[in-house]
Amino acid sequence: MRTIIFLLEKEFAQIFRNSAILRIIFVMPIIQLIMLPLAADYEVKSINCGIIDHDHSPYSRKLIAQIEASTYFKLVDYEQNITGAMTNFEKDKSDIILEIPAHFERDLIKEEKSNLLIVVNAVNGVKGNLGAAYISGIIRTFNQNIRMDWMNFPKMSPVPEIKIAPIPWYNKLMSYKNFMVPGILVILVTMVGSFLSSLNIVHEKEAGTIEQINVTPIKKHHFILGKLIPFWILGIVVLAIGLLISYIIYGIFPVGNIFLLFSFAAVYLVGTLGLGLLVSNFADTQQQAMFFSFLLMMVFILLGGLYTPIESMPDWAIMITKFNPAAYFIEVIRMIVLKGSGLKDILPHFFAISCFAVVFNVLAIWSYKKQV
Amino acid sequence: MKQFIIFVRKEFFHIFRDPKTLIIIIGLPIIQILTFGFALTNEVKNSKIAVLNPTIDETTTKIIDRLNASRFFEVQESIKNPKELDAAFKSGKIRMAVVFQNNFQESLQHSKKADIQLVADASDPNIATIVMNYASSIISDVQNELNPNFSIPYQINIATRLFYNPQQIGAYSFVPGIMAMVLLLISTMMTSLAIVREKELGSMELLLASPMKPLVLILSKVIPYMLISLFNWLIIVILSVWLMDVPIKGSFALLFFVSLVFIIAALALGLFISSITDSQQVAMMISLMGMLLPTLILSGFMFPIENMPIPLQVMSNIVPSKWYYTIVKDIMIKGLGIKAIWKETFVLIGMTLFFITISLKKFKLRIS
Repeated sequence: MRTIIFLLEKEFAQIFRNSAILRIIFVMPIIQLIMLPLAADYEVKSINCGIIDHDHSPYSRKLIAQIEASTYFKLVDYEQNITGAMTNFEKDKSDIILEIPAHFERDLIKEEKSNLLIVVNAVNGVKGNLGAAYISGIIRTFNQNIRMDWMNFPKMSPVPEIKIAPIPWYNKLMSYKNFMVPGILVILVTMVGSFLSSLNIVHEKEAGTIEQINVTPIKKHHFILGKLIPFWILGIVVLAIGLLISYIIYGIFPVGNIFLLFSFAAVYLVGTLGLGLLVSNFADTQQQAMFFSFLLMMVFILLGGLYTPIESMPDWAIMITKFNPAAYFIEVIRMIVLKGSGLKDILPHFFAISCFAVVFNVLAIWSYKKQV
Repeated sequence: MKQFIIFVRKEFFHIFRDPKTLIIIIGLPIIQILTFGFALTNEVKNSKIAVLNPTIDETTTKIIDRLNASRFFEVQESIKNPKELDAAFKSGKIRMAVVFQNNFQESLQHSKKADIQLVADASDPNIATIVMNYASSIISDVQNELNPNFSIPYQINIATRLFYNPQQIGAYSFVPGIMAMVLLLISTMMTSLAIVREKELGSMELLLASPMKPLVLILSKVIPYMLISLFNWLIIVILSVWLMDVPIKGSFALLFFVSLVFIIAALALGLFISSITDSQQVAMMISLMGMLLPTLILSGFMFPIENMPIPLQVMSNIVPSKWYYTIVKDIMIKGLGIKAIWKETFVLIGMTLFFITISLKKFKLRIS
């Protein structure tokens, strides 16, 4: 026990002595947490819409007015023909084009049927999809209103109608920030945890100071614990600061139990730190450790469901996410913070993350060799 | 010139003598482009849903079957009691629940009206919107089929046409993004570390004491990494074209030229970082912790830049990968030429000059 305390003293002295690193550990996550959710905002509000109106009828103008009135679209372009509109499309000036054919109104009233064309720029996947969904919705309402106007003189018996009511839960304002902030926080905590710890041991290797520790009677697990605990504490502190910031700036307060969140984070950090130590045992230079951490972080972020839904991925990628600790924590933090899930709901995640923690750390202790 | 070649050779020795690092540097982009190029997609499919259906009848069964048959949904469970809904959402098992009213079919036939609620987990609001929209259109289709004799009057048909990426292949938007990001980060990390490392080990002093000019010294350090980065770039392009079917609609020569400009900009950024730091740890933290998330988020391939608040839109301009991402998309996917991308290219060149000038200035100070 006393050995560990001395080791901890040494580690903390090292961390606090290097003010540049300390600043980076605390300032960088805070700045990123404050700024990035503002950028990672997918509330699609300003879809640039181009319109080609061949009809110039009261109906076409009414439809355009309704699109303009919605908060989702910004009319950027009025063209007479499709080539003009496509030029702006190519320059990314518009995301979506609505073409109203000639005789739109006449066909609709006389032949009871009319066509509209929506052209979507699908390079920007989500934006295109959402834009098409929104504009179809507006047209559908427009269509219903017209039908109502004309059906006041019913020529036929009413058609049976299924009424569909969409009801969003848990995030009633549909705020994308509520979704992203907890996710980004997980990535930042992970970076502080796994990344710093992996660099730390390699640094001692490169500097040669690890030799001095190897000749002492310090046990392997003492050494690993001594490296693990300081960064564990840093990780927890960063998480606490992060939660505070997301409350102050974004007004996000966990619906669920904060204690539960921290206990999950505690186990999670042990796991990722173990992974970091494992990486450092196999790397000879800080350069190698860093490239490897880079790969891990990319996997953590991109295959962790931070942004793209996991269930849309191909099966082999879903398998990888099962071995991605960050995927569990990202899901859990969102469950607890947004939905108020309890211990029972996250039990499977808890189990998985505990397994990671044990496996990674046992491997880290086992692979740490005291002789060169 | 001869000196210069000798110095370049020295750098190559450094690199080739450490095969483990070399393998990592070359293997990394391959793994990343393969994994993320194939795995990432913006499409929303296989969403798990629950069904709350108090009275099982022909119509509800038809709707449920139709939902389940589409590639967007997988009916995961059937719920009996509205109270269980909350628990199902909280355990994270479902994204949406389809709630039918009591005596659905009866109501539809007799009062000509029946209600369905689509309750979605809006933790991710966009997926919720898309999922609810898919479900609505599937249910509307069923409704139309139920009444084949009624043609709905005053019907506006909407035809939707997708351009540039009609199959909605995720690789089209993600490959250029990942390409920009991986090239930027790896090139930056390589150079910044290589130089800081010499500082840390003290061998930089020796180099500075030699009669080499700082500019030549830096150039000789950078050139091997430029070649490695170009090699990485080539592999990435080959993989994306052959395996991921991402087209190169525009000119390959142009793509190559612009990529070279971008790689040089990234190396210059690495140089810049190395000139303001003294330890590898700090250099790494800046080039990885500091740059990873910002480049990922601000380069525009995940989140549209025009959606961001103005200050962040302005900030995104200093992220080199943002410019390169636009260029790659324009050349590879849209097939546009130099006219569309010359501005972006000039920005990259400007950044390179800026970084190199500052690093050289700092470098000189160090000597005196």
